[in-house]
Amino acid sequence: MTARMDKRFADLAAEGRPALVTYFMGGDPDYASSLEIMKALPKAGSDVIELGMPFSDPMADGPAIQLAGQRALKGGQTLAKTLQMARDFRKDDDATPIVLMGYYNPIYIYGVERFLDEALEAGIDGLIVVDLPPEMDDELCLPALAKGINFIRLATPTTDDKRLPAVLKNTSGFVYYVSMNGITGSALPDPALIGGAVGRIKAHTKLPVCVGFGVKTAEHARAIGASADGVVVGTAIVNQIASSLTADGTASAATVAGVETLVMSLASGVRGARLAAAE
Amino acid sequence: MNQSPNLNSYREGPDEDGRFGIFGGRFVAETLMPLILDLQDEWNKAKTDPAFQAELKHLGAHYIGRPSPLYYAERLTQHLGGAKIYFKREELNHTGSHKINNCIGQILLAKRMGKTRIIAETGAGQHGVASATVAARFGFPCVVYMGATDVERQAPNVFRMKLLGAEVRPVTAGHGTLKDAMNEALRDWVTNVEDTYYLIGTAAGPHPYPELVRDFQAVIGTEAREQMLEAEGRLPDMVVAAVGGGSNAIGIFHPFLDDKNVRIVGVEAGGKGLDGDEHCASLTAGSPGVLHGNRTYLLQDADGQIKEGHSISAGLDYPGIGPEHAWLHQIGRAEYVPIMDEEALEAFQLLTRLEGIIPALEPSHAIAEVIKRAPKMGKDQIILMNLSGRGDKDIFTVGKILGMEL
Repeated sequence: MTARMDKRFADLAAEGRPALVTYFMGGDPDYASSLEIMKALPKAGSDVIELGMPFSDPMADGPAIQLAGQRALKGGQTLAKTLQMARDFRKDDDATPIVLMGYYNPIYIYGVERFLDEALEAGIDGLIVVDLPPEMDDELCLPALAKGINFIRLATPTTDDKRLPAVLKNTSGFVYYVSMNGITGSALPDPALIGGAVGRIKAHTKLPVCVGFGVKTAEHARAIGASADGVVVGTAIVNQIASSLTADGTASAATVAGVETLVMSLASGVRGARLAAAE
Repeated sequence: MNQSPNLNSYREGPDEDGRFGIFGGRFVAETLMPLILDLQDEWNKAKTDPAFQAELKHLGAHYIGRPSPLYYAERLTQHLGGAKIYFKREELNHTGSHKINNCIGQILLAKRMGKTRIIAETGAGQHGVASATVAARFGFPCVVYMGATDVERQAPNVFRMKLLGAEVRPVTAGHGTLKDAMNEALRDWVTNVEDTYYLIGTAAGPHPYPELVRDFQAVIGTEAREQMLEAEGRLPDMVVAAVGGGSNAIGIFHPFLDDKNVRIVGVEAGGKGLDGDEHCASLTAGSPGVLHGNRTYLLQDADGQIKEGHSISAGLDYPGIGPEHAWLHQIGRAEYVPIMDEEALEAFQLLTRLEGIIPALEPSHAIAEVIKRAPKMGKDQIILMNLSGRGDKDIFTVGKILGMEL
């Protein structure tokens, strides 16, 4: 499982381009449509998938992802179903790394051991749990690493050089650099500043550094991808899904197709990133 | 992790990681971690800084009006015909509740830390008013997040906050109550980490908040203990307080925790009854989980999604509780019981008529429990209750329920 993630980043490094990491909310707006979206992502050019686990109180997320979580919960999504979605996806795709992203409480209630065993069996490669900083590593991070599941940590502009080693200590898979202090879906900061920050983190780790928060277009992806090992896009995809829904909130013919078009465009952005940087 | 039931003291928590037994902790996004570590450092320095303590004491005496009186509720005692009932009169504080004790303490911390902007969440509006008050007094801009439902049912406090110069931002997510306001305040904080101080109103959230809010509120119990010894020459048999997040309760309980003959009773919002979802009795009917930076008892479903809860009282309308209460419940040092909306309403009216004190709906829950217990106790026994806030803010809500024209 760790091998799947490491191989993907090694292959991309050999190819000389950054990864496109795409986030969507599991179960938004319903299980079947959401699984179709997941299957469409790698075909449209996504290299790593972040599968969102809905939570009632997503304290670090902006309105778009909050609403997506509410739609998913209303559609009956649970942590068990999110794991099932990964299993269903793995029937056709055993190469694309899957990272589960969300908050701790549903995992805690599911039971950490049970969750990790089932995640491993479902083909999960990594976890991003927003409300578990290094100070809380005993809860989930260390048990996950012991089972061979990557624990991907967020580093932020407030993570200074003094704190960075602690943040990186038990991080594996990749480092997720949050480009700004704030919630998901905010405006993209200056790519030059981000480039500096990526360099600062890379001085402390050999892990790939992916950048997210604020990336919405192929242009953004190209600019960020010039310095980062990966570009994370979440809110733009979630917004695309939201805008495709019918008046009563159900999926339409445009739901999966819209995501495909957006991701293909973003994929062209990351594929041009190093060319742009070389110019 | 394992808690020994034979502790030498119940007053030594939390440990250095902010845990009370398995409860508490620091479950926050990485962006906030450096901030709460800074806050912890500053708090550790302030605790032992005589200048800080002197300023706190001075403002307590001259701005808040401390010490608040200990009042023997003679007519209520006679009416119930059992234990002697004493009220700690926190409703007489400046701004009308215990909330100001904590706000004065935290605004001094914010000042020490060089922060320039204050944010707060509020349910009933008492903490919002107290935050807006100290922000005005110390010249800080202040944004208060308040659930849209609460904005409606606590209109007088919304107006007070605006008069005091605060910006009140209604939160429409969820049911528009305290939980949603807290989510939104956390989002603001994570966005404005450089200049903003988050003035949390209850003894919950990530470490060190549960500890520092408790320490600022413990003045209630410390004073009451001395006042009781002076009035009666002995300690009370029972201490009772309402519990939402639990700041007024931990404030009066904490100084009594090692007095093993003093029974400690926390009163939760039973809402419309514990059978359905329309209550906020997290200890009586909830289970341990992680929300808003700490592990504590929560109202949640089998998938770990947080429920909304319900209480007639906006200040108790929260599906969690401070971690120290969760611990006191688990080890059995304190007992926690629910009181229904209707019982609280009856208590509200009884106290108003018998003692000429209009209580807030939050302590009305504690009064309802006192009404149940006092008659079963001997006349030589003593109940101490925290009358944590006054009811001016609630008269419109109560008027509406009682069908009175205002």
